[in-house]
Amino acid sequence: MTGISPAVVAASKLGLTFQTNDGPVQALSNVDLTIGKGEFVSFIGPSGCGKTTLLRVIADLEKPTSGTISVNGMTAEQAREKRAYGYVFQAAALFPWRTIERNVALPLEIMGLSNAEQAERIKRTLDLVNLSGFEKKYPWQLSGGMQQRASIARALAFDADLLLMDEPFGALDEIVRDHLNEQLLQLWARTNKTICFVTHSIPEAVYLSTRIVVMSPRPGRVSDIIESTLPKERPLDIRETPEFLAIAARVRDGLRAGHSYDD
Amino acid sequence: MESFRDKLVPVTSILAGVVVLWYVFAVILNAPFQRDLDTRANETPGAVEFIGKTLAQPKPTLPAPHQVAVNFFENTFLRPITSSRSLVYNAWVTLSSTLLGFAFGTALGIIIAVGIVHVTTLDRSLMPWIIASQTIPILAVAPMIIVVLAAIGITGLIPKAMISTYLSFFPVTVGMVKGLRSPEIMHLDLMHTYNASASQTFWKLRVPASVPFLFTSMKVAVAASLVGAIVGELPTGAVAGIGAKLLAGAYYSQSIDIWSALVAGSIVAALLVMAVGIAGRIVDRAMGGRPA
Repeated sequence: MTGISPAVVAASKLGLTFQTNDGPVQALSNVDLTIGKGEFVSFIGPSGCGKTTLLRVIADLEKPTSGTISVNGMTAEQAREKRAYGYVFQAAALFPWRTIERNVALPLEIMGLSNAEQAERIKRTLDLVNLSGFEKKYPWQLSGGMQQRASIARALAFDADLLLMDEPFGALDEIVRDHLNEQLLQLWARTNKTICFVTHSIPEAVYLSTRIVVMSPRPGRVSDIIESTLPKERPLDIRETPEFLAIAARVRDGLRAGHSYDD
Repeated sequence: MESFRDKLVPVTSILAGVVVLWYVFAVILNAPFQRDLDTRANETPGAVEFIGKTLAQPKPTLPAPHQVAVNFFENTFLRPITSSRSLVYNAWVTLSSTLLGFAFGTALGIIIAVGIVHVTTLDRSLMPWIIASQTIPILAVAPMIIVVLAAIGITGLIPKAMISTYLSFFPVTVGMVKGLRSPEIMHLDLMHTYNASASQTFWKLRVPASVPFLFTSMKVAVAASLVGAIVGELPTGAVAGIGAKLLAGAYYSQSIDIWSALVAGSIVAALLVMAVGIAGRIVDRAMGGRPA
């Protein structure tokens, strides 16, 4: 699969060691990974397995200390400078002094787009996340789920092909989360973007992904990569099917093999 | 206005307590002089008459609240505001240099804060000096500023305003340094993912994030400015202003005048702090602040 489409993300022997007061901490060790265009890849693992760090390395928010990483065939830094990706954080991280539409406009202002172009993109992306009619609201007037949808709209607004999402629904309750997972899949199908998605929920990872990267801690590393056999069309109740449960069981086995359940 | 009503009862009961205490101390402090007067006049007034006299002296050690109130009322409302004895006129003289100094101080404070946040060298070199500047007693510096500036021909409003500036830039600098550094890591990372330039991050993130800090520090700064303007009027033999009234009152033992000038100064200070507070609330609302 990755042989056919050009690699969006390619990591080879990637390592990152943080120097802390308690000595060096190996956050990532020997990560080899290729992500093709249009894939939905989840990174799952316990805290400290380096899944967020890996996402931040792809985003050029952290510099690797060994190995190489390329994004869209460029270095991560060049890709960031070319605005190759949209990043969604754990919290919505909206600016409280901007309305929803001005928040979505933020990256567009920075890119220097014309007002007309901005207005068109704001409308399109807010439609995409079902937030039409909330343009003039301030973040505090919206629920947590709506805020996170606004932040996804902001990440989509500048039309990058790659979407990096760091536990975007981690702080939301399960009902809202189900709903947003469903919407995210629809959005992915419609936009054909490549999505890297960090989570620590097994059902979420299995439901969303075409590929699940299982990671384990000390040192942070990739312990298993599982291809999903689920069809692209996924209603919520696909989670009750034997096929879904089999993949979930494989993810759980992968986590266990990486000693993720040890203390 | 719910909060206003909630505060009304506690605030007025404290005020009533202060007034009662004030009367008690007025009687106690004015009693020795009144006893002297009575002895010389060979009078032996009863207790009530004696207390009445301690509260009606023309130059009491501690004027009674009603004496101050009457003096304040006369000098505020019954005099033409062009009269040099009018408290409105004197308050305006002080207020004008306060506002000028406050404007200078706020601008200077912001400029220094921007420098400190963006230039590491300034952060290391300037901050200790700024803190040291505030440890110098303003009463020692004020006359020098006035005298030096007078020697090069600058008198009037500017020297007083400079003392206000000297006192008011400091809280603004400290508040703005904190405010410009207040954005969360996540917001800074976000700007980084957009490949935003330093000036874009400054104008779109750091400046709006610092606004609440600016108004908090401006409240402190405006009160400091007023103190600076009053202190600036003391050593110059200024003919007008709250400070001049205080000094003149002290020369001629017009203790009631001193106290009513003090009241005028306090009212000006309260109004200034309130004005900054209201401006802060308007700006906060315009920036989408959640109504409290």
